[in-house]
Amino acid sequence: MISILQVRLRRFLQRVLTRPRIDLPLALGLFVLATVGLVTLYSAGDGNLALVGGQAARFVLGGALLLLISRIPPSALRSWTPWLYVGSTALLVLVALLGEGRGAHRWLNLGVMRFQPSELLKLTMPMMVAWYLHARQLPPRWKDIVVVGLLIALPATLIAKQPDLGTALLVAAAGAFALFLSGMAWWRLGVLLGALGGMVPVAWHVMHQYQRDRVLTLLNPESDPLGNGWHIIQSQIAVGSGGIFGKGWEHSTQSRLDFLPEHTTDFIFAVFSEEFGLVGVIALIALYVFIIGRCLWIAMEARDTYSRLLAGAIGMSFFVYVFVNGGMVAGMLPVVGVPMPLISYGGTSAVSLLVGFGVLMSIHANRKMHE
Amino acid sequence: MKIRRPIKDTRDESSLFRRRAWTGFALILLCLCLLISRFVFLQVMRHSEFVTRSQNNSVKPRAIPPARGLIYDRNGVLLADNVPAFRLEVVPEQVKDMPALLARLGRVVPLGQDDLDAFDKLLATSRRFDSVPLKMHLTEDEMDRFAVNRWRFPGVDVVPYLTRRYPLGALLAHVVGYVGRIDASDLERLDPTLYQGTNHVGRSGIERSYEDVLHGTPGYELDEVNADGRIQRVLETHPPIPGKNLYLSIDVRIQKAAEAAFEGRPGAAVVLDPRNGQVLAMVSIPTFDPNLFVDGISQADYSALTDDPDKPLFNRALRGVYPPGSTIKPFLALGGLEEGIRRPQDTVLSTGQFCLPGQSRCYRDDTRGGDGTVDMVTAIEKSTNTYFYKLALDMGIDRFSAWMSRFSFGRKTGIDLLGESEGVLPSRAWKAAHSRQPWYPGETVIAGIGQGYWAVTPLQLGHAVATLAGHGVPYAPRLVMAIQGSADARPQPLANPPSGPSLVTSPADWDVINAGMQAVIAGGTGKGMGVGFPYPIAGKTGTAERYSRTTDAYNTNKSDAYLASRHRAWFEAYTPANDPQIAVAVVLEAAAWGKDAGPIVRKILDAWIATKGAAAPKDIPLPSAPATAGAASVPVEDLPAQTSSSAEAIP
Repeated sequence: MISILQVRLRRFLQRVLTRPRIDLPLALGLFVLATVGLVTLYSAGDGNLALVGGQAARFVLGGALLLLISRIPPSALRSWTPWLYVGSTALLVLVALLGEGRGAHRWLNLGVMRFQPSELLKLTMPMMVAWYLHARQLPPRWKDIVVVGLLIALPATLIAKQPDLGTALLVAAAGAFALFLSGMAWWRLGVLLGALGGMVPVAWHVMHQYQRDRVLTLLNPESDPLGNGWHIIQSQIAVGSGGIFGKGWEHSTQSRLDFLPEHTTDFIFAVFSEEFGLVGVIALIALYVFIIGRCLWIAMEARDTYSRLLAGAIGMSFFVYVFVNGGMVAGMLPVVGVPMPLISYGGTSAVSLLVGFGVLMSIHANRKMHE
Repeated sequence: MKIRRPIKDTRDESSLFRRRAWTGFALILLCLCLLISRFVFLQVMRHSEFVTRSQNNSVKPRAIPPARGLIYDRNGVLLADNVPAFRLEVVPEQVKDMPALLARLGRVVPLGQDDLDAFDKLLATSRRFDSVPLKMHLTEDEMDRFAVNRWRFPGVDVVPYLTRRYPLGALLAHVVGYVGRIDASDLERLDPTLYQGTNHVGRSGIERSYEDVLHGTPGYELDEVNADGRIQRVLETHPPIPGKNLYLSIDVRIQKAAEAAFEGRPGAAVVLDPRNGQVLAMVSIPTFDPNLFVDGISQADYSALTDDPDKPLFNRALRGVYPPGSTIKPFLALGGLEEGIRRPQDTVLSTGQFCLPGQSRCYRDDTRGGDGTVDMVTAIEKSTNTYFYKLALDMGIDRFSAWMSRFSFGRKTGIDLLGESEGVLPSRAWKAAHSRQPWYPGETVIAGIGQGYWAVTPLQLGHAVATLAGHGVPYAPRLVMAIQGSADARPQPLANPPSGPSLVTSPADWDVINAGMQAVIAGGTGKGMGVGFPYPIAGKTGTAERYSRTTDAYNTNKSDAYLASRHRAWFEAYTPANDPQIAVAVVLEAAAWGKDAGPIVRKILDAWIATKGAAAPKDIPLPSAPATAGAASVPVEDLPAQTSSSAEAIP
């Protein structure tokens, strides 16, 4: 029995390496992005090679996981989906009960490593919504919409309570995009958005004071230049002083001289903007657009509803990262902990993103065959 | 009828998805275009604004304080020096909880209450991002302890600086003065751009009056700093222009001799060169150590100085006012000659008592029974009061005060120090300003012997003697002789032209006064003082009453201690009498006799002659010292008990 499993595992791993099911344009886009990320990190981290090395190691780990998952057929993923969703949500509950972390309960100590279960939801959430809608008559009616809403709201609320507004937003967005792509009627969408808009005062009431402060500071950063406004002001100074062509690689004074906080993680895009200017910003956003577009193309080519919705949701939530992080760096959106995908330094986000792209590769490999 | 659930149409779902995906992609593009437009706004439209802010962020100008000019005596002896030291500074902006920080810091580097008080005052007036000095002059041990703990104290740093040291300490405290830490009140009057980074400002003496010369011009450097304000690298340096060095006309050897001559007894001495007004020595006893003040004097040290009954901080030479007594008699005599009121040979009969016509009020002579018939030279020699009562009366108060004013009595001499007292020259105008009473003739009478309203500073008397010695040419006293622009430049002498026309129109008049003052030393009230001195000395003694008398009875108490407690002794002199090169005025508090002040003058003159060395002219004959000269036989003029110094009449 065990020997049979061993043989199958060995054969599976062999295929991963010898016949990778890879969409080359997407892989190329990700490779370029990761390279840009490492180059920027080298500069933002003030030439700290340990930092760059650590990030590269994560890319390698993420890449390996990508190759591995690309071999798992979407049908298998689909059948595991409910368990993955229930499992990851259960972990969230566990975190809420006995998690640890500075100020916020996000981490679960596994003995060997600490681990953030909310990262899992970034993938299991769109999977679950896609799984649910896959079996339903589309476009969805109110009943399905309510069920999906509950599926989204439960983990998102748990994550927001940690409190980790950024991840909660990404998780909720991933689920919502699946719902949107399922063809939910525009008028229903309008009603839903209207209802959500009506919830804003309630949400304001529930929010932590520091979260409210961040929103208020966004509206008037100069009111508290050394406190909450510091991030926003310094980030805008970095971006604005970059100009059209930038100050050049390794010439960001804002980050080098420590004026810009979190300049290797959440605010690395400000360093990028300062060094490479508007030209660099447009080029990088174009690269993101290419990756998102390729994801949506893969989704359109997918064989079944589950794959389509999942691929589309992953691609579109990639956009949320870019938009929220870019908006934050440019002082358009409040400061929330959303990294710039594959550019920001940080372990779990890079790995979980690449795992998501592994799913996309798998979907691509099992695409609809054209006649 | 229940509608059956429609069969799932995968082809329809696929096209629905395709439409939604395209819509979604379009929305994404729209949002990203919005994002890019925001970047365009920041990076193109507001670019220059943010470039400026980025530079202001990271490039901070830092003032480099200039080195303060050094002070030398006339022979190049260093009187005020700059020495490197280290101090603790705090940038308030980087400290969240100042009291907590100071409490923690105090456990590493001991902070006195004086330091904390000064820091609090400065903190209140300085800008948040300016470094505020907390503790000056760190010891090695304190610096080591802080270095180990520095990480615990963001915003606190050890900064090197130059501090001031006065190598001769108390010797010239009243002349050179001292610098002190710039405090909150200084910040209001000082030019902030000139004093950026500077910690010391001249507080008294030359340090104060020549502050603008000594200070120099600060330079600056442009530093690239990080968000903690720590300097990463220096972009540009504009060196400061150091302050100019000063050469004082003081001769430390004479100054030392003068200080020693007082033997700690309170008093003051002013030594001038009558040919140019240069101050060779200026002493005020007791004195203090100016080094105490440089980095902030402790409350205990300061209390000790202010509580001392002899007031060591008080510059007696510049600000102490005393009745001049008989020391003004030579000036009055010169006035009598110049105004044509007296001829040298005119005599007056001194009977021991001088009465105003038609009044019962009478004024005494020094000696019971008087000095007999005296001419001008004898009157000066014997300090005959009656002669000068009459002369003052004949002159009248208006001419009297106009004449005396030309010696700078009653007004500032114009020395290059701040805080000089004007003293009082008796005049109708002065009395009108201070009293409702009219001027009485009796007040003119006593003004003639330097009593009554009179009040002069040792500096004023020194200036008057120097003016007389210099054949009547007045020079404002000068302490600074030359200014040196930089260490390798030649010191540039400061011109000091006469402050007015000569007071002496006929050289013969001067000769008479000179003869009278030489007679004082040769056989008069200053007898014995010139014995063994290579040049003839001209001089005059004086006694000032410290308290007004309560009765007019002759006081028979002749005890030195008793008299000393009530009087002050003056001595003025110049030498060589035929070609005066040095003029001295000395006041000794708590001393009754001119002979007490005389030895001090002699020691000063001895020190001066010692500085001349071989250059001393040999052709001047030694005065023939009377063989019988002895302390007991010296006629004492100005016997306090016998001097009528008040306007009250003898019963």
